Amino acid sequence: MKKYLLAVLVDNRPGVLTHVSGLISRRAFNIESITAGYTEEPEVTRINVVVSVDSDDELEQVKNQLSKLIDVIKVVNVTATENITRELVLIKVHATAETRADIINIVNIFRAKIVDVSPSNVVIELTGGEKKIDAIIEAISDYEIIEIARTGAIALSRGPVPAKSM
Amino acid sequence: MLMNGARAVLESLKKEGVDVVFGYPGGAVLTLYDELYKMKFPHIETKHEQGAVHAADGYARATGKVGVVFATSGPGGTNLVTGIATAYMDSIPLVCFTGQVGNPYIGKDSFQEADICGITTPITKYNYLVKNVKDLPRTIKEAFFIARTGRPGPVVIDIAKDVFAAEVNFEYPKEVHRRGYTGDFTGNEKQIDAVVGALRQAKRPLFFLGGGVTLANVSDDVRAIIKRVGAPVVSTLMGLGCADPTDDASFGMAGMHGSYAANMSIQECDLLIGIGLRFDDRVTGVVDEFAPAAKIAQFEIDAAEINKNVRVDYPVLGDLRWSMPIFRKELEKDAADFRARFIKWREYTIAMNDNKPLTYKKDTHRIMPEAVIEEVDKLVDDDTIIVTDVGQHQMWAAQFFRSRKPRQFITSGSLGTMGYGLPAALGAKLGEPNKTVVLFTGDGSIMMNCQEFSTLADYGIDVKVIILHNHMLGMVAQWQRLFYNHHYAESELNGHTDFVKLAEAMGVDGCRINEPSELVPTLKKVLEHKGSMVVDVTVPETEDVLPMVPGGKRLDEMVMGVSE
Repeated sequence: MKKYLLAVLVDNRPGVLTHVSGLISRRAFNIESITAGYTEEPEVTRINVVVSVDSDDELEQVKNQLSKLIDVIKVVNVTATENITRELVLIKVHATAETRADIINIVNIFRAKIVDVSPSNVVIELTGGEKKIDAIIEAISDYEIIEIARTGAIALSRGPVPAKSM
Repeated sequence: MLMNGARAVLESLKKEGVDVVFGYPGGAVLTLYDELYKMKFPHIETKHEQGAVHAADGYARATGKVGVVFATSGPGGTNLVTGIATAYMDSIPLVCFTGQVGNPYIGKDSFQEADICGITTPITKYNYLVKNVKDLPRTIKEAFFIARTGRPGPVVIDIAKDVFAAEVNFEYPKEVHRRGYTGDFTGNEKQIDAVVGALRQAKRPLFFLGGGVTLANVSDDVRAIIKRVGAPVVSTLMGLGCADPTDDASFGMAGMHGSYAANMSIQECDLLIGIGLRFDDRVTGVVDEFAPAAKIAQFEIDAAEINKNVRVDYPVLGDLRWSMPIFRKELEKDAADFRARFIKWREYTIAMNDNKPLTYKKDTHRIMPEAVIEEVDKLVDDDTIIVTDVGQHQMWAAQFFRSRKPRQFITSGSLGTMGYGLPAALGAKLGEPNKTVVLFTGDGSIMMNCQEFSTLADYGIDVKVIILHNHMLGMVAQWQRLFYNHHYAESELNGHTDFVKLAEAMGVDGCRINEPSELVPTLKKVLEHKGSMVVDVTVPETEDVLPMVPGGKRLDEMVMGVSE
């Protein structure tokens, strides 16, 4: 299984996320994450889909099936380009007077931030690649993790060319 | 011009050249029907919404035009689902208008509310929920454009009830602007050159025609190409009628119930040229050993169909209306004498067909279902439209009726929808009123949507309904006979329904054929009869559809035998 990040540019219309995610599930493709957001053009939404596939053929199938949707303007395999991939995670972790200093240490090592503190917990914010995020979760898991929210990956290619012109 | 949304819908239909709507009224579409009433817009009210959508589908398949359906919210919409899925799987252009509850009631589980866009998303080419009357003309323009262009398919427009009553300054757009969909499927000519090149190298080429040839109306080009090359030709169920019926090397349907020569030609050819088909599991047999000796070329409009089921060596991505004329021209100017080069292979395949033609056990005491189809084939003229339901009779019709032209053989191919036949036949007749329409159905299928006998009578629509009555769900029973130790679980019908009386009760004439000697004279009378006629033909219970490629087998492992 290999993972690919596809940038799916779509008309910003009601139901478009359903069309995209529904297609992926009913065609039995494996989806790791999906995120959507506004872009530099108000009428265009960018959906970032991470799919895991067995073969190049299957990747082509995913791309072709997505491209076929009327709302889809363009599908670009960002993984195939030089790119920057990022994900945001928020981790709420149990922190007492005894453990707080250790947790802050880990946070500093990862260049993460503490964005909320209470007598019994902290919330850590980190942006990075998937491996870095997995690593901080691993490191912090010695302390009691209360909950995690991850955004799923987004990516841009390096250089001046946007996905819509690829 | 200022008008309400309902009127705007009907004015839009006029702009699209729609001459009939199939539908059923209800609460959410009362305003729409009020305008329809005032405008006297042609409308066929079927007895069930499923009948309406199949009728529109039959109309679309017979004419090549877009079929149009009206239904109300909730159950009206959900009753369309099977018909929409049927059209989607066979790429038939429909535009289905459903009423939705009024804007303030949406999402509140209101009376007769169903999320029809959510429900139909996987089975439509596209769908819309219209909540603002200003969006209506543009939406309808887009819907027809999307339904009929590219790979056709059904589009649903769900309209909130208050939108029908709201006022709009009606202006029908002239053009469609969608960034993700232009409707232009022009491809790359180099891909066509590659197929021509492959054909120059080939020793045993074979053409394989699918429903795309019908949908694109390119059978003239395709026939000329095949004639020029001289290679044998086979079809999918959906491609029947596209090949020249007078071609000795046209072997009809391939696949699970395909002819011996069709399947063997696929397994032995060294270049398989697929045109407008998608190598569905019913035609490939076990897919890894499909056409093992062949390079595969595929002329296809939908990129997602290439390399989906089989590996394609020479894809030609694009509309057949673009590729076929070019392919034809390139072949016509090519100096190679293809016919002479392929003559031995051609004669070899013809000999296979002559040695093992489609056949069945002739019987003088019983009416064989295949014989009924053969006799109808002999009696009707070349323009006659044959419609089928789903099951054994459908496969026999595909095997033993020689389709002469595209749009002549109308059947639910991919979804295999029992109950499709009767409403589709009435839709086909409305689309082609000057052609004879014959429906082959079974005693299982006809009971699904038999309420549409009433529609035949009420509108004076002339369809000849031939029920091959074997007292079984024949295809289910065949599989049970072959693979489930003859356990006829719920497949013996032994129904008490008298189909002749049923038809008569709904205002359609009926008759019965029990004796072989009555078959031809009665069929003649039925075909000459003015108006609809239901013919209940008693046929043996345990006849099998053969040949048959059992599941998980190669095409050349088909079971031939003639059943008891």
